[in-house]
Amino acid sequence: MQDGKTEEMNFEEKTVDFRYDIVIIGGGPAGMSAAVQAYEDGSRSILIIEREKRLGGILKQCIHPGFGLEMYKEELTGPEFAARIAAKVREYGIKCMMSTMVLDVDQQLRVTATSSELGVFTVQAKAVVLAMGCRERPRGALNTPGTRPAGVYTAGAAQYFVNMYGYLPGKEVVILGSGDIGLIMARRMTLEGAKVKAVCEVMPYSGGLARNIEQCLNDFGIPLMLSHTVIEVHGKERLTGVTIAQVENVPGAGRVPVKGTEQYIPCDTLLLSVGLIPENELTVKCGIKLDPATKGAAVDQDRQTEIPGIYSCGNVLHVHDLADFAAQEARIAGAAAAKRVRELDRAEKEGAVEGENEPEKKIRIGLKTDGKVRYVVPQFITAREDVNVFYRVSDVFDAPQLTVTVENNAKDADGSATGEGTETLLKKKYLKLAPGTMQSVTLKKEMLERCTDGGTIKFGLS
Amino acid sequence: MFDVAIIGAGVIGGMIARELSVYELKICMLEAENDVGRGSSSANSAIVHAGFDAKPGTLKARFNVEGSGMMERVCADLGVKYKKNGSIVVGFGEEDRKTLEELLERGRRNGVRELYIAEKEELHAMEPGLAEDADCALVAPTGAIVCPYELTFAAVGNAMDNGAELLLNFEAEKIEETGSGKDAYYTVEAKDGRKIEARNIVNSAGLYSDAIAEMAGCGTFKITPRRGEYMLLDKTSGNACSCTIFRTPTKMGKGILISPTVDGNLLLGPTSVNIDDKEDFSVTAEGLDRIIAQVRREMPKVNTGSVITSFCGLRAVGDTGDFIINNPKRGFFNAAAIESPGLTSSPAIARYVAELIRDSGLEMKKKDNYIATRRAYHWFRELDKEERNKVIAKEPEYGHVICRCENITEGEILNAIRQNPRATDIDGVKMRTRAQMGRCQGGFCGPHIVKMMAEFMGVPILSLTKKGKGSFMNIQKTK
Repeated sequence: MQDGKTEEMNFEEKTVDFRYDIVIIGGGPAGMSAAVQAYEDGSRSILIIEREKRLGGILKQCIHPGFGLEMYKEELTGPEFAARIAAKVREYGIKCMMSTMVLDVDQQLRVTATSSELGVFTVQAKAVVLAMGCRERPRGALNTPGTRPAGVYTAGAAQYFVNMYGYLPGKEVVILGSGDIGLIMARRMTLEGAKVKAVCEVMPYSGGLARNIEQCLNDFGIPLMLSHTVIEVHGKERLTGVTIAQVENVPGAGRVPVKGTEQYIPCDTLLLSVGLIPENELTVKCGIKLDPATKGAAVDQDRQTEIPGIYSCGNVLHVHDLADFAAQEARIAGAAAAKRVRELDRAEKEGAVEGENEPEKKIRIGLKTDGKVRYVVPQFITAREDVNVFYRVSDVFDAPQLTVTVENNAKDADGSATGEGTETLLKKKYLKLAPGTMQSVTLKKEMLERCTDGGTIKFGLS
Repeated sequence: MFDVAIIGAGVIGGMIARELSVYELKICMLEAENDVGRGSSSANSAIVHAGFDAKPGTLKARFNVEGSGMMERVCADLGVKYKKNGSIVVGFGEEDRKTLEELLERGRRNGVRELYIAEKEELHAMEPGLAEDADCALVAPTGAIVCPYELTFAAVGNAMDNGAELLLNFEAEKIEETGSGKDAYYTVEAKDGRKIEARNIVNSAGLYSDAIAEMAGCGTFKITPRRGEYMLLDKTSGNACSCTIFRTPTKMGKGILISPTVDGNLLLGPTSVNIDDKEDFSVTAEGLDRIIAQVRREMPKVNTGSVITSFCGLRAVGDTGDFIINNPKRGFFNAAAIESPGLTSSPAIARYVAELIRDSGLEMKKKDNYIATRRAYHWFRELDKEERNKVIAKEPEYGHVICRCENITEGEILNAIRQNPRATDIDGVKMRTRAQMGRCQGGFCGPHIVKMMAEFMGVPILSLTKKGKGSFMNIQKTK
């Protein structure tokens, strides 16, 4: 490293060690569901690569109930929910490589990974499904002033200590951020005998699910302090306390502390639940551009990224509110990957020239938002069939109306659309919309038949 | 009885121990913390200064230029990341140009090679991210960057590989001298009652070197902590500039620097405020605001929102304006008040202190079996696929990734716990391997590393700390 040479390995000269039709990166609810769907659609050469010892992803440590209501119409814990999907993976005999870390995915669909058993190896796929999940924002990202003692954890790290190892990281707790893991940990730490003194949320509303605020805070008398944040961390070795303050929105400066509202709270533990970020290092390294709003890849209705044959689903695509939805979305990607493999195999049988057997080019209709709608998934549509569009809003809105319009492209390259100019596709009224809950609407085939190739569908709130 | 006891195992103490471990001497390092390099050595600008800044004729000027010349070789021997990326001092307007010309002249007098002043066009071609109105710069191609804590670990480790001992959590409280002439020796007593005896003492205790000198009965100087706050940005911002960028110094001080790090991040800082408390490592909101404001002025496109951590270092500033390196009484040697450019100077200071000790009459005979080099912490990461697979076939733990942000393997983490100086707490593993230093800051791998350490060291999970003393990671078992 004398010359500042990069640490990344040079994978230019790849020797292929294994071949699978579909390689799925991540064995959490999304990765497993994609594999199960691909199998059910006829694929028999599927590989799941999972970095931990067991399947299940983050659900292994989520021992609370609330999973499965959408998928199984019953309330399960995280490990139970994961076990249901894992049972299918086993029943179908889908190959899983455990304790294996993917180091690189390239645009030629080669996946390079490492494990103790196999060393560093490369797998050639016909389709790759990215399902790496997301991670929590750490303290550093907040740039909170003060010292750097022990006792400051992300809520998920604390959850791991408590639920997986059986150790309690602290007894007097302040939680910063009201994301769902923070709320769940407020209750979990309380049940273990810790005193949770406050949950501070910098925004005037919580980003967590309403049911979690009720069941995890209100039922235990834990105060939720909206528009409050931690402005200083105290303690040399172990945390001794935090200073919190109210914040106000100052145009141009963001949400800043209000002088005179500072309060010192003695505590030995600060848990952070200040947002989740899709884990897209492999995606970016592969040359796939991210949507700045979702921090995941931009995808079409099949969850295919801009790179043919690479799909993305679950929390690595966008952070879902429920694991059920992440798993359901993954089935879309799994089905599409299986379909791609079928088409490639058919083309190969029919003797297509190598390199020219990519499925034919499709139409492209972009999806945009007005800012009040914070993001939509998918970000573009390449076929005129029913598409379920997920979206989240950027603030709390009372009695809003969602309006979906299309701005048609005068030059319809495809020539099959009936619409022209700008027209409204659908309107939908809500009682209330909040950032914590994911929404969805279906764009029907008939609507998309009015949208030209190259046109833009806009999601707006009024 | 040790021949030499070195109080304070930072980069200066470590380098001195390494220099002395060439000889047939019995050496020990006494460190107050639970790991080496926990003071100013781990929180500084990570720069190898070219040497144009120090006043000609001072020890700072001499050892800066000497140390800068030695550093590349030292880093190669010790397997420490080093990159000669060049430094520039950027000027805005005529007043700055005058100052830069003075610096150029001063640098030449100090013996710094290759210095010149670049005009606007060349400057912007070198660093396209600079603010448009930056119109000239002093260019120092010999400026470099290094990993300061890795250098400390490597120097201490190399000394230990050559027989030096390391006593951790040894907080010196009392120093007594016994006997006289050739038979004289010192007894150093720690707060916890441990005692060691040594014929010679080197005082490289950083912020506390004034207190150590006083214990030895030659307290002639005072150390004032000067706070320097830093922000470390994600690797996505690491290519904002290629050189280390200084602002032209004004009456208000040297200002904030912008520098790539050897690991590919971007480092912003330091602030500069004299404080009273030698234990106050807190980062302030004002300090962070100042860093952000000045960086915006110099390089408007740097995304300060990509910060992954902020930290504070305290420089040990003496009251003489220069390093204090001397032999005030028999068998007692100061290497004190080593503020900037202390990291750069460290190999030259070590060589000089060894000379002082020899000159005082200690017999120093070279060892036959001296080990000059050390395997780098990052050796595994530099291997290609085939080489990696050879290692993994023998030691499978090198195939198993634990830290997913930085791709650090179980093998590398175990190595940090085994290799001199051994990591005994969580931050120790982090600073040696970079595990937990990435974007998630240990959110995922932190608990795994705690468990691995407990198993490997054969201690209960509850006994593990973040950084020694009372910094426990967990409080009790669950119900």
